[in-house]
Amino acid sequence: MIASAGGSADPTRPSRSQALPPAAASIAGELASFQREMLRFAVLQLRDQASAEDAVQEAMLAALQGADRFAERAKLKTWVFSILRNKIVDIIRKRVREPSYEQPENEIDESDFDPLFGADGHWQGDSRPADWGDPEKAFENRRFWAVFDACLNRLPPGTARVFMMREMLGLDTDEICEELSMSSNNCWVVLHRARMGLRLCLDQKWFAGGDSSR
Amino acid sequence: MMNCRQAVRLMSEAMDRPLKGGERFALRFHWLICVGCRNYRRQLSFLREACGQEVTTDEPAPPPST
Repeated sequence: MIASAGGSADPTRPSRSQALPPAAASIAGELASFQREMLRFAVLQLRDQASAEDAVQEAMLAALQGADRFAERAKLKTWVFSILRNKIVDIIRKRVREPSYEQPENEIDESDFDPLFGADGHWQGDSRPADWGDPEKAFENRRFWAVFDACLNRLPPGTARVFMMREMLGLDTDEICEELSMSSNNCWVVLHRARMGLRLCLDQKWFAGGDSSR
Repeated sequence: MMNCRQAVRLMSEAMDRPLKGGERFALRFHWLICVGCRNYRRQLSFLREACGQEVTTDEPAPPPST
Protein backbone atom coordinates (compact mmCIF):
# COMPACT_ATOMS: atom_id res chain seq x y z
CA MET A 1 0.00 0.00 0.00
CA ILE A 2 2.69 2.41 1.06
CA ALA A 3 5.08 1.24 -1.63
CA SER A 4 2.58 2.25 -4.25
CA ALA A 5 1.91 5.60 -2.66
CA GLY A 6 4.09 7.40 -5.17
CA GLY A 7 2.85 5.40 -8.11
CA SER A 8 -0.44 7.09 -8.73
CA ALA A 9 0.98 10.43 -7.76
CA ASP A 10 0.82 13.65 -9.62
CA PRO A 11 4.25 13.88 -11.25
CA THR A 12 4.20 17.65 -11.13
CA ARG A 13 4.61 17.64 -7.39
CA PRO A 14 8.29 18.12 -6.69
CA SER A 15 8.20 16.28 -3.37
CA ARG A 16 7.29 13.03 -5.08
CA SER A 17 10.65 12.66 -6.66
CA GLN A 18 12.60 12.87 -3.43
CA ALA A 19 14.12 9.59 -2.38
CA LEU A 20 12.86 8.22 0.88
CA PRO A 21 15.30 7.96 3.78
CA PRO A 22 16.30 4.47 4.94
CA ALA A 23 14.28 4.92 8.13
CA ALA A 24 11.11 5.12 6.05
CA ALA A 25 10.98 1.34 5.70
CA SER A 26 10.83 0.91 9.45
CA ILE A 27 7.71 3.02 9.89
CA ALA A 28 5.94 2.18 6.65
CA GLY A 29 4.01 -0.78 8.01
CA GLU A 30 2.76 1.06 11.03
CA LEU A 31 1.82 4.08 8.97
CA ALA A 32 -0.20 1.92 6.62
CA SER A 33 -2.19 0.65 9.58
CA PHE A 34 -3.41 4.21 10.29
CA GLN A 35 -4.56 4.81 6.75
CA ARG A 36 -8.19 3.94 7.25
CA GLU A 37 -8.52 6.12 10.33
CA MET A 38 -6.75 8.97 8.62
CA LEU A 39 -9.08 8.75 5.67
CA ARG A 40 -12.13 8.73 7.89
CA PHE A 41 -10.84 11.79 9.73
CA ALA A 42 -10.09 13.63 6.49
CA VAL A 43 -13.46 12.79 4.94
CA LEU A 44 -15.20 14.11 8.01
CA GLN A 45 -13.32 17.39 7.74
CA LEU A 46 -13.43 17.85 4.00
CA ARG A 47 -16.69 16.10 3.09
CA ASP A 48 -15.13 15.03 -0.14
CA GLN A 49 -13.56 11.65 -0.79
CA ALA A 50 -11.08 12.74 -3.45
CA SER A 51 -9.52 15.62 -1.54
CA ALA A 52 -9.50 13.50 1.60
CA GLU A 53 -7.54 10.81 -0.21
CA ASP A 54 -5.11 13.41 -1.50
CA ALA A 55 -4.60 14.79 1.98
CA VAL A 56 -3.97 11.35 3.45
CA GLN A 57 -1.58 10.39 0.72
CA GLU A 58 0.38 13.60 1.09
CA ALA A 59 0.54 13.21 4.85
CA MET A 60 1.78 9.63 4.50
CA LEU A 61 4.43 10.68 2.05
CA ALA A 62 5.55 13.58 4.22
CA ALA A 63 5.81 11.20 7.16
CA LEU A 64 7.92 8.76 5.18
CA GLN A 65 10.18 11.54 3.97
CA GLY A 66 10.59 12.79 7.51
CA ALA A 67 11.12 9.33 8.95
CA ASP A 68 14.72 10.13 9.88
CA ARG A 69 13.62 12.89 12.18
CA PHE A 70 11.20 10.64 13.86
CA ALA A 71 12.68 8.74 16.76
CA GLU A 72 9.81 8.03 19.07
CA ARG A 73 7.77 5.24 17.56
CA ALA A 74 5.17 5.45 20.30
CA LYS A 75 4.04 8.83 19.09
CA LEU A 76 4.04 7.99 15.40
CA LYS A 77 0.28 8.24 15.19
CA THR A 78 0.12 11.61 16.89
CA TRP A 79 2.81 12.86 14.58
CA VAL A 80 1.29 11.66 11.34
CA PHE A 81 -2.11 13.02 12.37
CA SER A 82 -0.58 16.40 13.04
CA ILE A 83 0.83 16.33 9.51
CA LEU A 84 -2.59 15.35 8.21
CA ARG A 85 -4.21 18.21 10.10
CA ASN A 86 -1.88 20.67 8.42
CA LYS A 87 -2.66 19.21 5.01
CA ILE A 88 -6.37 19.54 5.70
CA VAL A 89 -5.96 23.14 6.82
CA ASP A 90 -4.07 23.84 3.58
CA ILE A 91 -6.89 22.38 1.53
CA ILE A 92 -9.52 24.39 3.40
CA ARG A 93 -7.40 27.48 2.97
CA LYS A 94 -7.23 26.93 -0.77
CA ARG A 95 -10.95 26.33 -0.98
CA VAL A 96 -11.94 29.48 0.84
CA ARG A 97 -9.62 31.56 -1.32
CA GLU A 98 -11.35 30.58 -4.48
CA PRO A 99 -13.28 33.54 -5.87
CA SER A 100 -16.48 31.53 -5.96
CA TYR A 101 -16.26 30.75 -2.27
CA GLU A 102 -18.73 32.33 0.08
CA GLN A 103 -18.92 31.46 3.77
CA PRO A 104 -22.57 30.67 4.34
CA GLU A 105 -24.27 32.71 7.01
CA ASN A 106 -26.95 31.73 9.47
CA GLU A 107 -27.26 28.16 8.29
CA ILE A 108 -28.59 27.47 11.74
CA ASP A 109 -30.83 30.28 12.83
CA GLU A 110 -31.09 31.32 16.45
CA SER A 111 -34.85 30.83 16.18
CA ASP A 112 -34.22 27.12 15.48
CA PHE A 113 -33.63 26.81 19.21
CA ASP A 114 -36.82 28.62 20.23
CA PRO A 115 -38.65 25.41 21.07
CA LEU A 116 -36.02 24.58 23.69
CA PHE A 117 -36.62 27.68 25.74
CA GLY A 118 -39.64 29.32 27.29
CA ALA A 119 -40.49 32.97 26.78
CA ASP A 120 -38.38 33.80 29.83
CA GLY A 121 -35.32 32.21 28.20
CA HIS A 122 -35.16 29.28 30.61
CA TRP A 123 -35.10 25.65 29.53
CA GLN A 124 -38.53 24.44 28.74
CA GLY A 125 -39.87 21.08 29.93
CA ASP A 126 -38.06 18.09 28.47
CA SER A 127 -35.48 20.21 26.74
CA ARG A 128 -33.62 20.91 29.96
CA PRO A 129 -30.28 19.09 29.56
CA ALA A 130 -30.33 15.86 31.53
CA ASP A 131 -27.39 14.25 33.22
CA TRP A 132 -25.43 12.10 30.72
CA GLY A 133 -23.92 10.11 33.55
CA ASP A 134 -20.40 9.07 32.68
CA PRO A 135 -20.43 9.92 28.96
CA GLU A 136 -16.74 9.12 28.40
CA LYS A 137 -17.63 5.45 28.65
CA ALA A 138 -19.08 5.82 25.17
CA PHE A 139 -15.59 6.39 23.76
CA GLU A 140 -14.96 2.67 23.89
CA ASN A 141 -18.05 1.92 21.89
CA ARG A 142 -17.71 1.82 18.11
CA ARG A 143 -21.39 2.49 17.63
CA PHE A 144 -21.06 5.71 19.55
CA TRP A 145 -18.52 6.95 17.02
CA ALA A 146 -20.84 6.11 14.16
CA VAL A 147 -23.53 8.21 15.85
CA PHE A 148 -21.05 10.97 16.59
CA ASP A 149 -19.92 11.13 12.96
CA ALA A 150 -23.52 11.07 11.77
CA CYS A 151 -24.32 14.00 14.06
CA LEU A 152 -21.30 15.93 12.77
CA ASN A 153 -22.39 15.23 9.21
CA ARG A 154 -25.82 16.58 9.98
CA LEU A 155 -24.40 20.00 10.74
CA PRO A 156 -24.74 22.30 7.73
CA PRO A 157 -21.46 22.55 5.77
CA GLY A 158 -20.35 26.07 6.69
CA THR A 159 -21.17 25.50 10.36
CA ALA A 160 -19.38 22.17 10.37
CA ARG A 161 -16.33 23.75 8.78
CA VAL A 162 -16.00 26.37 11.49
CA PHE A 163 -16.66 23.84 14.25
CA MET A 164 -14.13 21.33 12.98
CA MET A 165 -11.48 23.96 12.34
CA ARG A 166 -11.88 24.86 15.97
CA GLU A 167 -12.29 21.49 17.64
CA MET A 168 -10.52 19.02 15.39
CA LEU A 169 -7.91 21.03 13.61
CA GLY A 170 -7.23 23.04 16.75
CA LEU A 171 -7.25 26.54 15.26
CA ASP A 172 -8.18 29.40 17.53
CA THR A 173 -11.07 31.65 16.65
CA ASP A 174 -8.82 34.48 15.47
CA GLU A 175 -7.26 32.21 12.88
CA ILE A 176 -10.65 30.90 11.80
CA CYS A 177 -12.08 34.41 11.49
CA GLU A 178 -9.17 35.43 9.37
CA GLU A 179 -9.28 32.39 7.10
CA LEU A 180 -13.01 32.65 6.57
CA SER A 181 -13.27 36.45 6.73
CA MET A 182 -15.76 36.36 9.54
CA SER A 183 -16.07 38.65 12.54
CA SER A 184 -15.12 37.17 15.91
CA ASN A 185 -18.65 37.59 17.06
CA ASN A 186 -20.03 35.73 14.08
CA CYS A 187 -17.50 32.98 14.63
CA TRP A 188 -18.59 32.56 18.26
CA VAL A 189 -22.21 32.50 17.23
CA VAL A 190 -21.60 29.79 14.63
CA LEU A 191 -19.59 27.73 17.13
CA HIS A 192 -22.32 28.09 19.72
CA ARG A 193 -25.00 26.92 17.29
CA ALA A 194 -22.82 24.03 16.16
CA ARG A 195 -22.41 22.90 19.76
CA MET A 196 -26.11 23.28 20.45
CA GLY A 197 -26.91 21.21 17.37
CA LEU A 198 -24.36 18.52 18.07
CA ARG A 199 -25.34 18.24 21.72
CA LEU A 200 -28.98 17.93 20.81
CA CYS A 201 -28.27 15.29 18.20
CA LEU A 202 -26.17 13.19 20.60
CA ASP A 203 -28.77 13.62 23.29
CA GLN A 204 -31.49 12.28 21.01
CA LYS A 205 -29.52 9.65 19.11
CA TRP A 206 -27.37 8.28 21.86
CA PHE A 207 -27.80 9.38 25.42
CA ALA A 208 -31.56 9.34 25.56
CA GLY A 209 -32.27 7.08 22.64
CA GLY A 210 -30.72 3.92 23.79
CA ASP A 211 -27.90 2.13 25.32
CA SER A 212 -25.78 5.00 26.47
CA SER A 213 -25.03 3.07 29.60
CA ARG A 214 -23.00 0.41 27.86
CA MET B 1 -30.46 38.14 35.81
CA MET B 2 -29.00 35.80 33.25
CA ASN B 3 -31.37 33.26 31.73
CA CYS B 4 -30.48 29.83 30.33
CA ARG B 5 -30.45 31.00 26.76
CA GLN B 6 -27.87 33.64 27.56
CA ALA B 7 -25.97 31.20 29.76
CA VAL B 8 -25.53 28.56 27.03
CA ARG B 9 -24.24 31.19 24.63
CA LEU B 10 -21.72 32.36 27.20
CA MET B 11 -20.70 28.81 28.09
CA SER B 12 -19.89 28.22 24.46
CA GLU B 13 -17.89 31.44 24.23
CA ALA B 14 -15.99 30.42 27.33
CA MET B 15 -14.57 27.59 25.23
CA ASP B 16 -13.22 30.05 22.69
CA ARG B 17 -12.23 33.16 24.63
CA PRO B 18 -11.52 34.15 28.22
CA LEU B 19 -14.66 35.50 29.86
CA LYS B 20 -14.70 38.90 31.47
CA GLY B 21 -15.00 39.08 35.23
CA GLY B 22 -18.65 40.08 35.18
CA GLU B 23 -19.56 37.38 32.70
CA ARG B 24 -17.85 34.73 34.77
CA PHE B 25 -19.56 35.89 37.89
CA ALA B 26 -23.00 35.89 36.30
CA LEU B 27 -22.43 32.42 34.91
CA ARG B 28 -21.25 31.01 38.22
CA PHE B 29 -24.30 32.36 39.92
CA HIS B 30 -26.51 30.89 37.22
CA TRP B 31 -24.95 27.44 37.68
CA LEU B 32 -25.76 27.55 41.37
CA ILE B 33 -29.44 27.70 40.63
CA CYS B 34 -29.73 25.81 37.34
CA VAL B 35 -29.10 22.09 37.05
CA GLY B 36 -29.86 22.08 33.32
CA CYS B 37 -27.05 24.52 32.64
CA ARG B 38 -24.68 22.61 34.91
CA ASN B 39 -25.39 19.55 32.79
CA TYR B 40 -24.93 21.60 29.65
CA ARG B 41 -21.52 22.78 30.81
CA ARG B 42 -20.43 19.20 31.42
CA GLN B 43 -21.74 18.19 28.00
CA LEU B 44 -19.79 20.93 26.27
CA SER B 45 -16.54 19.64 27.75
CA PHE B 46 -17.57 16.17 26.67
CA LEU B 47 -18.01 17.40 23.08
CA ARG B 48 -14.55 18.90 23.12
CA GLU B 49 -13.07 15.73 24.52
CA ALA B 50 -14.86 13.62 21.93
CA CYS B 51 -13.54 15.79 19.09
CA GLY B 52 -10.04 15.42 20.48
CA GLN B 53 -10.46 11.66 20.56
CA GLU B 54 -11.51 11.46 16.94
CA VAL B 55 -8.03 10.54 15.79
CA THR B 56 -7.79 7.47 17.94
CA THR B 57 -11.23 6.03 17.66
CA ASP B 58 -10.95 3.26 15.15
CA GLU B 59 -8.87 1.20 17.47
CA PRO B 60 -10.35 1.39 20.92
CA ALA B 61 -7.90 0.72 23.70
CA PRO B 62 -7.75 -2.97 24.52
CA PRO B 63 -9.96 -3.80 27.47
CA PRO B 64 -8.12 -4.15 30.76
CA SER B 65 -7.01 -7.72 31.27
CA THR B 66 -9.39 -9.60 33.45
